[in-house]
Amino acid sequence: MYSKDGENYFIVDAHIALWDARRENQRNIHGKQFIDCFYDYHRNLSPDAEQWTYEEFLYQGGERLMKDLFEDGYVDHAIFQPAYLGAFYDNGFAQVEEAYGLAAANPGKLTYNHCYDPRDGEAGLDRLRADHEKMGFKGVKLYTAEWHGESRGYKLSDPWSYRYFEECRKLGIKNIHIHKGPTVRPLDRDAFDVADVDHAASDFTDLNFVVEHVGLPRLEDFCWIATQEPNVHGGLAVAMPFMHTRPRYFAQIIGELIYWIGEDRIQFSSDYAIWTPRWLIERFVDFQIPEDMTEYAPLTTAQKKKILGLNAAKMYDIPVPAELQLPDADETKTGPRQPERADLAGVR
Amino acid sequence: MTALHVDPATETRWDVTEEDIRRALDSVFDPELDEPITDLGFVRSLKVQAGVDGARVEVHLRLPTSFCSPNFAYLMASDSKDVISALPTVTQVVLELDDHHDSDLINAGVAADAGYRGTFLHEAEDSLDELRWTFRRKAHTAAMERCLTELLRANASLVETEMGTIRLWDLPAGRNKEALLRRRSALGLPEAADSIVLVNHEGHTYPPDAIPMALRRARSTRISIDGNAHFCRGLLRTRYEGSGADQSARPDGAEPADHHELLPLIVKEIHP
Repeated sequence: MYSKDGENYFIVDAHIALWDARRENQRNIHGKQFIDCFYDYHRNLSPDAEQWTYEEFLYQGGERLMKDLFEDGYVDHAIFQPAYLGAFYDNGFAQVEEAYGLAAANPGKLTYNHCYDPRDGEAGLDRLRADHEKMGFKGVKLYTAEWHGESRGYKLSDPWSYRYFEECRKLGIKNIHIHKGPTVRPLDRDAFDVADVDHAASDFTDLNFVVEHVGLPRLEDFCWIATQEPNVHGGLAVAMPFMHTRPRYFAQIIGELIYWIGEDRIQFSSDYAIWTPRWLIERFVDFQIPEDMTEYAPLTTAQKKKILGLNAAKMYDIPVPAELQLPDADETKTGPRQPERADLAGVR
Repeated sequence: MTALHVDPATETRWDVTEEDIRRALDSVFDPELDEPITDLGFVRSLKVQAGVDGARVEVHLRLPTSFCSPNFAYLMASDSKDVISALPTVTQVVLELDDHHDSDLINAGVAADAGYRGTFLHEAEDSLDELRWTFRRKAHTAAMERCLTELLRANASLVETEMGTIRLWDLPAGRNKEALLRRRSALGLPEAADSIVLVNHEGHTYPPDAIPMALRRARSTRISIDGNAHFCRGLLRTRYEGSGADQSARPDGAEPADHHELLPLIVKEIHP
């Protein structure tokens, strides 16, 4: 929990990883390129005092993770969102077994989400059933640009994706986290397009679709589908640290999200270990929309509390002390929310 | 200025300079960010030497990350080769994209003039034309929003629902208007002074009740492009030390931390 100025914030970090990108685990040059890309994100968007050395960044281990999140980071509960990346790392990028073990040892603090690849076909479905029986997860993380033999990407609207969603439905896996990457077949189209999420969300209205990075670099496409589909949510991984280097851009991201999808479907995440939660939480609680941006209303304390934890807690049935809970906003199920508060014309 | 160059050893003649190459590359755009690769700092090096019967040009490109989209990376590399090859007296072009996850594939494809489908084989279906059009439309939408928001902010009497009657002649002269005219031209939209500003990519206008939504959607597109453009520039500077010197300032979406434009950051007070 984080407390400031007499207000208490229940914190859920909805996107964390336990990865191993050390040289001995890199399968090829792409393993190095991938972690270098993450490290540049880390260096580019972090305050100087929060920057890690390259060696620290390659691997953290469970002990450090627990310290960064729960001792230093104010986090009440965190959710693993593993990216397997078997084509780049011998033992995978996300350390699935280790993360599951850590969550099993700390059930009040950690939730383990799993991952699968619909291109594994029938055999993958069998494995998903077996994994679910063993680990009992409620959510999965899908990275659509995962490399898989000849294929370097898939869509959520592919027939096999649908077979897997049907299986998720049967097993009670209700939260589908999506991370869009640069490759998808065919390469003719924009790989970051979220139209396939729209299809899947319309056809599986009983599943929640959480688009990570709030669709960045296609915020506009994400907002447009999310405003129409009540079961589409936005995860703030990667968006959060813009508070430091690009506060005006961050204000616009949050302002647009509040307008298009409302305050009840946005989830905070540090994207650990790219960033650590402590500074992000402190700054977000202090954050406000710049005064000259008349197109957005100021962020309220209640909105910050929902984003920092209450929204994800609700999706994952994480118990929240009664005095910290807040009711849902009285908003439409689809279409722009609170247009009177976030509108150029409305401020006059 | 170009001058006739002669390599004394081979007596090969050519009259193209590094400056000519750079100017030619000014016309190659990052389709997603809608800016020339020369402004973005994506040109890592260029060299002009004596080649067979003319000049041999070698250009290296660099991108903000190894995992930038390979389709965009290919477009920039192949467009670069095309504009340099078109210069007189250039007889050989070596165009290489450095440090990308698909560098080997793209460089081999560009060297062999294999085209998009010949380069990406089973991963390609038809062409990248639709991809280009998608981002031309977004660039137009963003340019249109910049102009209309500029007008709205400057005129307190204007209301959103009336923005559908604004014509090009109502826009103040300046870089926003010039940028919009360029984007309209790219889409084949009319550039006559009496043309309505708020139109979709096919030139259709909006009824008054649909205007606030059209403007809001356009705003989210503009925010997205500006945000991506600055993030990509920043990542390039982080990845390649000193590359900031090769980037030109981008006023759209600039922030105090960008140094070249000092904007005040005053936050709102909450009045419950």
